[in-house]
Amino acid sequence: MTGKKRIKVIMAKPGLDGHDRGAKLLARVFAEAGMEVVYTGLRQTPEMIVEAALQEDADVVGLSSLSGVHNYFFPRVVELLKENGLEEVLVVGGGIIPDEDVPGLKDAGVAAIFGPGTKTEDIVTFIQEKFSSN
Amino acid sequence: MFEKEKLKTIKTEKEKWDCGPVEKVCAKFPERKTTFTTISGEEVERLYTPLDMADFDYDTKLGFPGEYPFTRGVQPTMYRGRFWTMRQYAGFGTARETNERYRYLLEQGQTGLSVAFDLPTQSGYDSDHALSMGEVGKVGVAIDSVDDMRVLFDQIPLDKVTTSMTINAPATVLLAMYLALAEEQGVPYSKVGGTVQNDILKEIICRGQYIYPPLPSMRLTVDLIKYCYEQVPRWNTISISGYHIREAGSTAAQEMAFTIANGITYVQSCIDRGMEVDSFAPRLSFFYNAFTNVLEEVAKFRAGRRYWARVMKERFGAENPRSLMMRYHVQTGGVTLTAQQPLNNVVRVALQTLATAYGGAQSLHTNSYDEALCLPTEEAVTVALRTQQVVAEESGAADTIDPLAGSYYVEAMTDQIEAEIDDYIQKIDAMGGTLKAIDEGYVQKEIQDSAYRFQKEIESNERVYVGINRYTMKEPPPTNLLKVDPRQREIETEKLEKLRAERDPKSWKAALERLDEVSRTDENVMPAVIEAVKARATVGEICDVWRKIWGEYRPKEFV
Amino acid sequence: MEDLAAEVLQGSVRAMARIITLVENQDPRAFEFLGSIYPHTGRAYVLGITGSPGTGKSTLTDKIISVLRRQGHTVGVVAVDPSSPFTGGALLGDRIRMQRAAGDPDVFIRSMATRGNLGGLARTTADVIKIMDGFGKDWVIVETVGVGQDEVEIAKTADTTVVVLAPGLGDTVQSMKAGVMEIADLYVINKADRSGADSLVTEVRVRVEQDSHIKEADWQAPVLKTVAVEDQGTEPLLEAIENHRSFLEKSGRLEKVRREKTRQETLSLLTEEISCNILEKILGDGQFDDLIDDIVAHRKDPYTSVKEIVGTIFPEEQ
Repeated sequence: MTGKKRIKVIMAKPGLDGHDRGAKLLARVFAEAGMEVVYTGLRQTPEMIVEAALQEDADVVGLSSLSGVHNYFFPRVVELLKENGLEEVLVVGGGIIPDEDVPGLKDAGVAAIFGPGTKTEDIVTFIQEKFSSN
Repeated sequence: MFEKEKLKTIKTEKEKWDCGPVEKVCAKFPERKTTFTTISGEEVERLYTPLDMADFDYDTKLGFPGEYPFTRGVQPTMYRGRFWTMRQYAGFGTARETNERYRYLLEQGQTGLSVAFDLPTQSGYDSDHALSMGEVGKVGVAIDSVDDMRVLFDQIPLDKVTTSMTINAPATVLLAMYLALAEEQGVPYSKVGGTVQNDILKEIICRGQYIYPPLPSMRLTVDLIKYCYEQVPRWNTISISGYHIREAGSTAAQEMAFTIANGITYVQSCIDRGMEVDSFAPRLSFFYNAFTNVLEEVAKFRAGRRYWARVMKERFGAENPRSLMMRYHVQTGGVTLTAQQPLNNVVRVALQTLATAYGGAQSLHTNSYDEALCLPTEEAVTVALRTQQVVAEESGAADTIDPLAGSYYVEAMTDQIEAEIDDYIQKIDAMGGTLKAIDEGYVQKEIQDSAYRFQKEIESNERVYVGINRYTMKEPPPTNLLKVDPRQREIETEKLEKLRAERDPKSWKAALERLDEVSRTDENVMPAVIEAVKARATVGEICDVWRKIWGEYRPKEFV
Repeated sequence: MEDLAAEVLQGSVRAMARIITLVENQDPRAFEFLGSIYPHTGRAYVLGITGSPGTGKSTLTDKIISVLRRQGHTVGVVAVDPSSPFTGGALLGDRIRMQRAAGDPDVFIRSMATRGNLGGLARTTADVIKIMDGFGKDWVIVETVGVGQDEVEIAKTADTTVVVLAPGLGDTVQSMKAGVMEIADLYVINKADRSGADSLVTEVRVRVEQDSHIKEADWQAPVLKTVAVEDQGTEPLLEAIENHRSFLEKSGRLEKVRREKTRQETLSLLTEEISCNILEKILGDGQFDDLIDDIVAHRKDPYTSVKEIVGTIFPEEQ
């Protein structure tokens, strides 16, 4: 059979922050890199994000936050993924996130944090490498 | 502008120059790029000459400051009279902390206050709502009730300051709180001055802080405008905002075009509600971004002013000169700041301030250099304010009006941007207006396409961004960043519990019932909202009354 | 690999999501699972919703889900969006318009990209429907973009197909592909508060009547108006769908159509299985390339050659 696995990504904006320029831009960049991207839009609770990841059988969950709520939301998403048996889902985050918060987020299970000014191709490469090695 | 004969000579001379010296030099030393463009992608020529202003008519294109079409500015003396208002947007954590920051800024010579609210307040949720989790006090101050408003303006007499509030979907509620507080201070409504953003369309287009569907949202917007016209004459009832459109990735011309398109929709809605255009139009104000490409920004402001004056005069038949003036606030571009080498941002903000001054703004907020990293520290806020003061006092940019007028380049760019604005307005008109264009995702798509194009330019190094794709360096992680107390939500929740226990349940219930009743009719909601906040109803409770009646807006998302 | 089929039958959402991925990837393991699930299928009612981009299908689907949930039905949704022919990637944007159902464990929404394989997509869709059916969903809704010939194939997987049109999109009966008229059991003119809605309704009605004269059909597709964003017309639409359903059931058509579908599906499975096996044999040993060389050089002709190959695989037929 000629079946081919494609990387499936959920792009989500947790919380009330409405600045979705980065999230939408990345959604487009990921799609252009050959991934299948489900954009969930604004005002997502961790529960909604994980429900989408579950139903869509996502490989990656991308979270974007510019309002400073990452320390609450990102770990909560990781935790809920685990509770739903989705521990292998790759969680990556971006937005305005101070460097000093990064180690804590990584400890909580976020695979990578991409700050302002990150090249989108670096993010794409990071994800693709994760899945080519598996 | 120029004699025909003279133009002919210039044309011949320019051709000679192009084929002669230019070609010779280019053969040896090619130019840096084959095409030069502004940050918005506007093409920039090697040289501008009188040929670019061949049919330039001073009277119709420029006129005089304070006179139609206001290209050169909305006041006759501009900054020779007084500088623009230096207004720093601030707000974080509790009302108490923000109040301290305000009093500090007023002591430092700031002349107007600007309130940033946290996202729960902006979305009409109380601090203890489930969706407020993690957000309380984060990007602005948390205001749940008139009690918080009282603390926010503690020791600040409301007849002595003007206050700009960045609030949209629940604008009526926050304005009602401000007015209730003025009443407490014994300040009559006629002496209260300030601005509410009250621009729901750009929330739907790109900022995301909406609550209700477009039509009831527009009704609240117009109720506020109408009420202020009747009762609070010094209040600027709407700040039609291009700022966020630009932040979302639009070009300079798109920023101006979509803002004007929204403005047209608001004006039409007020007229449809039976208001005379000249009764409310003088209180309309605008809010724009300023990026680092100084001359493009100046051209954008001048083109926008001219186009709006024509729209108001020709389309809506406004006669009062104040109705024709595009008065606006500017904030320097948040997305132009880099987290890398943050001190470079001081320079960016200085150039943006210069662009704003040359452009003829009425007020300005300068961003702090550390804002790509966190909420601004006090040191950074002070530098931002000092930047404005240096430009105002030292650069000379404020000493003569519209000093760039007559520059071949600036006039050509002004015309170019105006033509683009006109193109968009015609397209949107043909689609049946902004509401339809938004519903179809047209406006959103145009903005996202520009954002995408810009990102590609940066990543392909076609456009240089200092510290991002060139002149980069290894840096130690930044220190001394301002943090909000993570217990914020608990603090606010306790306050809410106390409020709910203390207030008179009878008058509270009656006020909300009255609001419900009024909202189901065509009556203006403002008086009932004021009564409700006086009865200590919270932002969330008032917004819930409307959620029940109108439902919540679910955007169509366009990627 | 775990027995995902058993897990699906026990109600595991995660297992359902996983098997769907296997089906999408055309992973051979999927067939095994589908085999175990098959005995438990045939209960769900399948509703197809199709129409051009911008007609508001997703919003309409969202409202239909709400009504079905109010009636106590469980719902599965397959929302199909096109893959980019250039990059193979896809932006799947339908889910966002169906968030009213978020947090409801009885609604399962799956976005699916076409992966440039429209012919095979009808089969994939049919398999995904079976998984949701076997899981126990009462209704499965298949939402597809556009109404090209391949989407028509996908729509055929539904028991009732709703074709959505909207005024102002250049959607006219003239521009409708012939196949669309054949698959529509119901027409919805969405965004009916816009100008041009009534004339579009009339236009479609006239066309439906003309067609029914020609074809002597016993079902004449009704034309309904909705304003999905305002939730207007959803209940009547559901009633019309129920009408069509009971028409299918009472007239015995449902059974007949499903039998025909089963026949088609089995046949296509069979064809694929056979051709796969044969092609493996033929293409596996490199002789095929030699043959192509001969044909290119005109030493052999393709017609006789093919007959010869088939003759070596099925000698008894000669």
